[in-house]
Amino acid sequence: MVCPMNDVSTDLPAIQIAGLRKRYGAVQALDGIDLSIRRGEFFGLLGPNGAGKSTLINIIAGLIRSDAGAISVLGHDTVGDWRRARRCLGIVPQELVFDPFFKVVDMLRIQAGYYGCGKEVWPWIDEMLERLDLASKRHSPTRALSGGMKRRVLIAQALVHKPPVVILDEPTAGVDVELRRTLWSFMRDLHAKGTTVVLTTHYLEEAQEMCERIAIVDKGRVRIVATTEQLLARNPYRFLKLRLTDNAQLPESLRGLITSEKNGVIELKLELEKQPIAGVFAALRAAGVGIDDVHTREPDLEDIFVELTARAPVVLSA
Amino acid sequence: MPEASQPSSSFAAEPQAQDSIGFRTLLKKEVMRFWSVLGQTVTAPVITALLYLLVFAQAMSGRAPVYEGVSYTQFLIPGLVMMTVIQNAFANTSSSLTQSKIMGNLVFLLMAPLGPLEWFAAYVAAALIRAFLVAVVMLLVTIPFVHLPLEAPLILILMFLLSAGSLAVLGLIAGITATKFDHLAAFTNFFITPLSFLSGVFYSVHALPPLWFKASHLNPFFYMIDGFRYGFFGKADVPIWQSLSWATAFFVTVSAVCLWMLISGYKLRK
Repeated sequence: MVCPMNDVSTDLPAIQIAGLRKRYGAVQALDGIDLSIRRGEFFGLLGPNGAGKSTLINIIAGLIRSDAGAISVLGHDTVGDWRRARRCLGIVPQELVFDPFFKVVDMLRIQAGYYGCGKEVWPWIDEMLERLDLASKRHSPTRALSGGMKRRVLIAQALVHKPPVVILDEPTAGVDVELRRTLWSFMRDLHAKGTTVVLTTHYLEEAQEMCERIAIVDKGRVRIVATTEQLLARNPYRFLKLRLTDNAQLPESLRGLITSEKNGVIELKLELEKQPIAGVFAALRAAGVGIDDVHTREPDLEDIFVELTARAPVVLSA
Repeated sequence: MPEASQPSSSFAAEPQAQDSIGFRTLLKKEVMRFWSVLGQTVTAPVITALLYLLVFAQAMSGRAPVYEGVSYTQFLIPGLVMMTVIQNAFANTSSSLTQSKIMGNLVFLLMAPLGPLEWFAAYVAAALIRAFLVAVVMLLVTIPFVHLPLEAPLILILMFLLSAGSLAVLGLIAGITATKFDHLAAFTNFFITPLSFLSGVFYSVHALPPLWFKASHLNPFFYMIDGFRYGFFGKADVPIWQSLSWATAFFVTVSAVCLWMLISGYKLRK
């Protein structure tokens, strides 16, 4: 591959970030980011809007210059050894950008050329066009493509030189379910074969499903880095959903536990250690309230996200 | 659905070879860009220049020769060719870079492992190719009607390279600096066009009043056109060493400014 992998130790992290700072006027966009992403990981970078995720990615990509700190990609410093660092990286930008002068296949070949790749990558380009359902558009001008198609071309452009580290900056924002499935199937295959994938997304269920480890960034700082399981286990709550007989009222002793009440379904938030479900049932029984339906829900990444950032995530509809 | 193939080592290439491929790709892309709209980038400027030739040659046909043995039409053609060359060299780099910046697709280049020198060389080389095409087409069209001698071909080539190169670099500077098309239009309308029209394309500066005669000698475009004309006739308004010196100094100065911008990431990397 184009990235000079032979001269890097396999122990080196895919991306190492140390003491990264960036200020825009009065706004401290990044306030001392330290992060190590291991080789071969599927890593999630989450945070609310304005948390500093895109600034971080843009600094890794070389689009923005940091005020302080250092980043290396597979051991190559992104400033001192920028050429090798960039060859190891493939980045799908968040914005839907394209070059209107070129056809899809020409654009991909040009992008490969920027990374020092010649005709040897053409079969890989053909394969990507197939996998991303772009084969029928290979000779279409990029300006004539739909938004979803343009997004696919962006993804193919990032992967065209087969980078060992891929960063996807909200790749599924505003795209349909079919593309999401296509993309995740493709990325899973690449990841299974050793590619490190870093994902930022507002779809927390995607991050929960795809990522092995997750960092939550807020106000320019890393709030937590943990495996997805550790993150989920960190929440000491469980949620209990009840539909009461004849839309009866909850006893007063349980009303303080309500988190939502919608269409006759009441959701209670229970502390795992102190508030067993049996206690709720006992209180209902004592009050003479019957139950028509009951569900439990374990906390998901969204609950953790809200707890850590004290802000609700922006969830876009599919 | 086929499986994604393993990231393989088949793309391996020596780092220097990779850099060379990167440069050649950017050059090819820039050539493809103007080639895809050839009517707009080559044909249109040639037609405009030929219209100037038709009108001015007709209107001034009764005038005494500018230089001994050189008719007005002969005198006019090299100037018109050079004026078109410098305008198109400037337009090629400036419009490409500004469009990429405004449309956002410049990120593809900014994220790629391409250095400032490769950017510089590829953009300038593409502009030189477009300028060369424009010059060749203009000369080919006029040759059947007007005989042009070729007294100093090396000077001609050198003046073409220095002049088109300088304007290509100036176009890069304008493209880096501009944040909207208005800025680019202002640069073209208030700087490039006036200086190229007032550079002795249509007249010898010796025919000007003293003040304008002196002012013309401060215009770098005047030396580009005068030196280019020398390549055809072996005679010009100022000695050829003066034109070569001015053109070289201008090229070195704008190149230094442009390379500083590219290396520092001025208005490209925040």
